[in-house]
Amino acid sequence: MSTSTAAPPKAGPPSVESLTVKVDGRAIVVPKLSPDWQGKPAPTTMIQACEAAGVTVPHYCYHPKLPVAGNCRMCLVEFGTPALGPDRKPILNPDGTLKIAKSPRPAIACATPVSPNMEIYTTTPGVKQMREGVLEFLLINHPLDCPICDQAGECKLQEYSVEYGQAASRFAEQKVHKPKQVDLGPRLILDDERCILCSRCIRFTRDIVGDDALGFVNRGSYNTLTHYPGRPFDNNYTLNTADICPVGALTSKDFRFQMRVWFLRETPSLCTSCGTGCNLLIGSREDRIYRYVPRENEAVNGCWMCDAGRLNYGWVGRRDRLTECRMRHPKGGWQVTNWPALLAAVTEKLAQAAPGSVALIASARQTNEELYLLSRLATRLGALTDAVPRPGQADHLLVCADRNPNSTGARVMGLAATPLGANLPRILEGLRSGKVKTLVVFGEDVTALGVEPALLARLDAVIVSDILPSPTTELAHYLLPGCAHAEKRGTFTNVKGRVQKFMKAVEPRGDARPEWETLTELARGLCGLGNFGGIEGLFNQMALDIPAFEGLTWSKLGDGGANLVLPIPPQP
Amino acid sequence: MPAEFRLILKHADEPGYTPDLECYLRHDGYAALKKAVALAPKTLPDGKTLRPQEQLRQEVMNSGLRGRGGAGFSCGLKWSFVDRRSGKPVYLICNADESEPGTFKDRQIIHKDPHQLLEGMILSCWANDVHLAYIYIRGEMPGGARLLNQALAEARGAGLLGKNVLGTGYDLEIYVHRGAGAYICGEETGLIESLEGRRAYPRIKPPYFPAVLGLYQCPTIVNNVETLCAVKHIALMGGAAYAKLGTPNNTGTRIVSISGHVNRPGYYEVEVGRVTLGELILDPAFGGGLRPGRKLKAVIPGGSSAKVFKAGERFKIKRKGADGKETLVELDLLNLPYDFDTLIAAGSMSGSGALIVMDDTTDIVAALANIAEFYAHESCGQCTPCREGSLWMAKALRRLTSGQGRREDAEYLAKIADNIPGGRTICAFGEACSWPVQSFVAKFKEDFVARGVADEERRAKAGAGPSTTLKLAASPQS
Repeated sequence: MSTSTAAPPKAGPPSVESLTVKVDGRAIVVPKLSPDWQGKPAPTTMIQACEAAGVTVPHYCYHPKLPVAGNCRMCLVEFGTPALGPDRKPILNPDGTLKIAKSPRPAIACATPVSPNMEIYTTTPGVKQMREGVLEFLLINHPLDCPICDQAGECKLQEYSVEYGQAASRFAEQKVHKPKQVDLGPRLILDDERCILCSRCIRFTRDIVGDDALGFVNRGSYNTLTHYPGRPFDNNYTLNTADICPVGALTSKDFRFQMRVWFLRETPSLCTSCGTGCNLLIGSREDRIYRYVPRENEAVNGCWMCDAGRLNYGWVGRRDRLTECRMRHPKGGWQVTNWPALLAAVTEKLAQAAPGSVALIASARQTNEELYLLSRLATRLGALTDAVPRPGQADHLLVCADRNPNSTGARVMGLAATPLGANLPRILEGLRSGKVKTLVVFGEDVTALGVEPALLARLDAVIVSDILPSPTTELAHYLLPGCAHAEKRGTFTNVKGRVQKFMKAVEPRGDARPEWETLTELARGLCGLGNFGGIEGLFNQMALDIPAFEGLTWSKLGDGGANLVLPIPPQP
Repeated sequence: MPAEFRLILKHADEPGYTPDLECYLRHDGYAALKKAVALAPKTLPDGKTLRPQEQLRQEVMNSGLRGRGGAGFSCGLKWSFVDRRSGKPVYLICNADESEPGTFKDRQIIHKDPHQLLEGMILSCWANDVHLAYIYIRGEMPGGARLLNQALAEARGAGLLGKNVLGTGYDLEIYVHRGAGAYICGEETGLIESLEGRRAYPRIKPPYFPAVLGLYQCPTIVNNVETLCAVKHIALMGGAAYAKLGTPNNTGTRIVSISGHVNRPGYYEVEVGRVTLGELILDPAFGGGLRPGRKLKAVIPGGSSAKVFKAGERFKIKRKGADGKETLVELDLLNLPYDFDTLIAAGSMSGSGALIVMDDTTDIVAALANIAEFYAHESCGQCTPCREGSLWMAKALRRLTSGQGRREDAEYLAKIADNIPGGRTICAFGEACSWPVQSFVAKFKEDFVARGVADEERRAKAGAGPSTTLKLAASPQS
């Protein structure tokens, strides 16, 4: 019989194994394993170690969220490892330091794992020459049409040419000509002459989207990117390929020739097309939105977003936006008014409403702050409330079945039923029975929910806030023009309970005004709430009042948002 | 007197020798296999037992056999790298994608003695516990593929292949896979990609070393046709006896393909290192010398990607004596022993064993243009330096051979070529396409400069303007 001599398992979390490498002479400790493109632990690569050391290694084909291809050769670096004696033990220098044997061959930093005491050199003449060489090769057959290229200004070929390239070309031959203005799919144009064949787009659509639609044909320098014959490149994520294309080969039909990128102001914002809450940057100039591009957020969308969400901005600039404060004239017809008068009238009307005679239909497209204020009003008025669900089809990547950006917020505030819209039949019944005499609608078209126009006409008051005209806004007694998210600040809570903020990119149209401002004034009049001191104060007050937001402040949200502290009851 | 030493090609060219099983068996075929599977486990002094399979692997290691495909890497070492602990199946692939210009040795074996290859493969598979193997044959060799399939059917019928090989309980299946006509499929990881059904883009190493992550991400051995045939002979005669053939570290025999301006172009099997380059070119037993009145101008010693030698070159080569001491020997080109190490020391390589001989009637610029055209056409285009550099050099040489040369073109070509090799590319194609240019331009610079100067002068006379205003040669594919 033998007794076990194995040591008992160590208590506590396993220690992160690390190793020391030197990048351009500076020692740095890096973990042995780092997340690969799928987030799985894999041996730390040279490029990751260099990044940790604050050293940028130029690259085209490498993308942290895509499988490594190693084809551009821009990230070639020189390196050395401890020299070993015949006894396989490291040889020491006279001063006791490790003797380093420099590798005779360079390595691609994107695919080569680091090893203990490795030295990586990124500034040697050899590295400089390799970068120059690669850039020269990439440029010889490039059309050099930057003045008419949409990528200009955010083009890696331009940037690296300035940083690492040569000024003059010695190319004395005819360039290779390839297809131009290729209609790759409904949303993309491909210029094969600009393509540097890095294969990022191919890997993205194959490995991230699961749609193996792109590939190379021909051979050698004649290699040409193309889509599967007879099948346009059309999935809901195609435009991400234009983002990750390091050059101007893939350009968005929507953005093509619209604006030079250096004129664009970039505002951190969120996508409002579903409950995922993809982080994005609004590119705008002079109060006009030109594009959305995804903004990296590991906790939400990685660095991708869907095409549907990305292109869903045109409505912000629509000509028929509601831009006037309006009241229905006692004798019929509209009367254009101003905010003080409109808010005074609405406050008076609501103050007069008997408890239980008010119904409030909110929108899960409104911000947490707005929904919070509405919930305070609803409590004061004893109103029956709910929000309108927008069910859709989820996909395997980012699109969520809940097409409202803030259903979670509406539920956490107690405004919306679970499931969303469960109270709507009761509200409808109240309207029909005459029990509900005042209807407050924010951002929804109630006629689409089965509320007949005649029913609205019977009510004491129909108070509507919206951005775009609808049958409901036409029937409103009081019309409060609201703002698109791009025109205000606020927060949404996504389906997973992450609270994220967005910033103002463009000015509101006409008299349109952020709803949270309007609601602050109504809440002051009706509930006696004070002035919050801007959106920050409002958020912080909300966080104090609503348990789920405990511990959060506007500033703590940062750029990436924060999770609600309470578990969110699942929506069936 | 130098002479051929026919080991692998022993019977291939005998009158009446046919590629069928019956003939092979009549010539002691599959004796090596029968001998190997009958081996008993061996007990070592330290008490460990060596399985028969391990014994054969040890014999291959002892034989010093080096790969006959081009790189000359130790076969035993390659086998020792195989990850046998992964729990994944181990695959073996016979690389029969012989396509290095100047090389025509593997096809002799395939066409004339296919069962020898199968025996070598079955042995190698058995030694490495491989149960599924492929012969990746060049698409341009349909006859070879047909013969191999015929041989495989015969072997299956005779119980040499399939379930329960020779009643040993060992199962092995071998399939022939035809390529679709790309040189790069001869690069082992490109071959694997192609076999998996994709474009033959060579894989990055790390992490995709075939011995660990090869075919279907499983450990994989890729060996050349001739290498696998040598395994048969090692199994038969033993590693030590095989190592006595040839010279130390350059053991065994190899088939040399001689082409170009010689009287007797053809394939000759020799003991490695026992014959000099000069003998291979000039001896009546081999190349048989140049045609009357011709003088040697250049030799490419190991397939078109090897660096060229210029007639009259002299080399100082380190030689290890029997006592382990290194001595410096001065040798001229024709006295270089044709082996792996000497040719590397002389700045080139024996590569695929293809000797391309050029006499003094050769237009060296046109010869290089021809080679460059081949590599530009065959570059897979995956990684930047090779993709762009190979065609750039070919275009420059196209220009230089069509009357549009410039005096600076030699310099220009060398600078392009210098940016391609040395680990800048994913696979060795970068070296393959740039070494010819580097060596031709360096060793025959005067030919290139003279061509450029002549073109410039002719254009100036014709009033074509300065050299910078070039009438560019049209690219045939664009």
